[in-house]
Amino acid sequence: MTGTGKVLVVASVLVAILLLTPHTGSFMLLLITRALVLAILAMSLDILLGFTGLASLGQAAYLGVGAYLTAILATKYQFGLGPGFPLVIVLGFAAGAATAAFFGLFAIRATGVYFLMITLALGQCVWGLAYRWNSLTGGDNGLNLPGRPEFAIRLADDVTYFYLVFAFFVASLVILYVLVKSPFGRSLEGIRERELRMRILGYNTWLHKYIAFVIAGGFGGLAGVLWAHANGHVSPEDVVLTTSVDALLMVVLGGSGTLVGGAIGAGVVLFLREYLSTLVPWWQYVLGGVYVLIILYLPGGLMSIPQRIRQRRGATSDLAIAKGLAVTPQ
Amino acid sequence: MDTRFWLIQAFNGISYGALLFLVGSGLSLIFGVMRIVNLAHGSYFLLGGYVALSVIWTTGSWALAIPVAALAVAAIGLLMERVFLRPLGFDPLRQVLLTVGFAFLFQQAALDIWGGDNLDIVPPAKLTQTVVVGRLYLPGYRIFMIAVAATIGVILWLVMEKTRMGAAVRATVDDAQMARGVGIDTSRISMFIFALGAFLAALGGVIGGAFLGVYPGLDFQILPVAFAVVIIGGMGSLTGAAIGALVVGLADNFGKALFPEVSYFTLYAPMALLLAVRPTGLFGRD
Repeated sequence: MTGTGKVLVVASVLVAILLLTPHTGSFMLLLITRALVLAILAMSLDILLGFTGLASLGQAAYLGVGAYLTAILATKYQFGLGPGFPLVIVLGFAAGAATAAFFGLFAIRATGVYFLMITLALGQCVWGLAYRWNSLTGGDNGLNLPGRPEFAIRLADDVTYFYLVFAFFVASLVILYVLVKSPFGRSLEGIRERELRMRILGYNTWLHKYIAFVIAGGFGGLAGVLWAHANGHVSPEDVVLTTSVDALLMVVLGGSGTLVGGAIGAGVVLFLREYLSTLVPWWQYVLGGVYVLIILYLPGGLMSIPQRIRQRRGATSDLAIAKGLAVTPQ
Repeated sequence: MDTRFWLIQAFNGISYGALLFLVGSGLSLIFGVMRIVNLAHGSYFLLGGYVALSVIWTTGSWALAIPVAALAVAAIGLLMERVFLRPLGFDPLRQVLLTVGFAFLFQQAALDIWGGDNLDIVPPAKLTQTVVVGRLYLPGYRIFMIAVAATIGVILWLVMEKTRMGAAVRATVDDAQMARGVGIDTSRISMFIFALGAFLAALGGVIGGAFLGVYPGLDFQILPVAFAVVIIGGMGSLTGAAIGALVVGLADNFGKALFPEVSYFTLYAPMALLLAVRPTGLFGRD
């Protein structure tokens, strides 16, 4: 499939989600809204994992920073529940980026599994503060938001909120897509493939990775703001190690290095976790099983299925030609 | 705050460190030999506790529960390594991700089999008596924990330093390719170390079960703490794991007692800092 073809497919899927979701009932509506928020988080992680080759195990930290910022502003300062909300979004993005800018100073030096460990440690720092700093974060109980913002638009309405999240999701997708297709994004892929060579070619690979890390943190923070208002509640659960692991799982499940894959992964994981869990008690076997099978047999994730099929078909028709049995393939 | 406070806190820190040594040493060895960050290690700890509970419920013997649980979980670890991790070859990221998948599967299995309640392992009354040392009243069980960790530590050290197998393991940690070159069967070493790591984690789970409890979610709670141990000590080093466990145990206890609001921060921030400055930890080798 050509580049334009892929963009068209993605665009039509997005339009379908936009048109169909409002008619799906309140449970499904909220589920899709939450999946879109986590899709932003997963795409931000994909910038690191898929395009730069940095497996981060602390992406939930930025989600947490954005979410806690929103909740603290709302509960302690009554800010961001009216016309101030757009500013909170900007602040959430900035806080995520700033946290990443600080963490990056420590983390970017490390490579491979060491990067995994250091991001885990940094993520745990944020979790520790969220869990223990009772006076600020409400500790184990977390913080309850008084309600969604109301100004020109009434976000308390779930459908309106879905539209807002959808808009931010599409904007993030487009911005990140432009980013990875830009010369900067290409250099990131170069670093993923062979960092030493890029360095010899004169690229400042540290700075490239650092900038990617900060951008990923910013989008993580943005997801955090939307996440807080999607749930109406913020707790250490949002920052805990398993949330970071979930984000990693989403990217790998969908297919890393594809952006859209992370979004699909977010949809699949959330669907299995929230919807399947209402139907069957053994849903987590399905989640774990699907995950293990994908790692073992489909390293490219769900996004690589079409290519796999094409390859297989190509292989069989080649074989057929070799045996002189087939008509010319198109 | 008098001397007594400091002594009691230090004692508590050391005994928690003893437990952490059991979890951390296995994780460290697995990393050293296979370069795998085993995210299912917390699950071994949890499963150890649960299997021990089942043994206690059926036979009533706590002493029997320890070896049965540790060996059962070692068998699970061995299977995981042989059937799933080994075939992936040397692809650390995929192996790490695979261990996450297993952690989820184990979580669900534990929930199905043992339910979602907070359970407790009750050790024999003899072990839970209070021991009086000078003017200090010390819980006997914590002394037992320290004794177990010390014994295991000495045995591990002897095996690693004095036996042929231990030498082969050390060679593999240092340079797996070279080790293969001189005829060491690194595949067998990996299998042995993975089973040993699972064994130690499960042992920690049984012993810690009387102290932390056994409940869903414990797996992902103990995992980052175990990582702190491994990172501070240096991956692949036994001495490092012992010292890392002590440091983390003490830091955790004093942190909670002195600055409760930032106690986890005081644990993980030095860990991140150390990783940035010296990625191989205090005792690890590149």
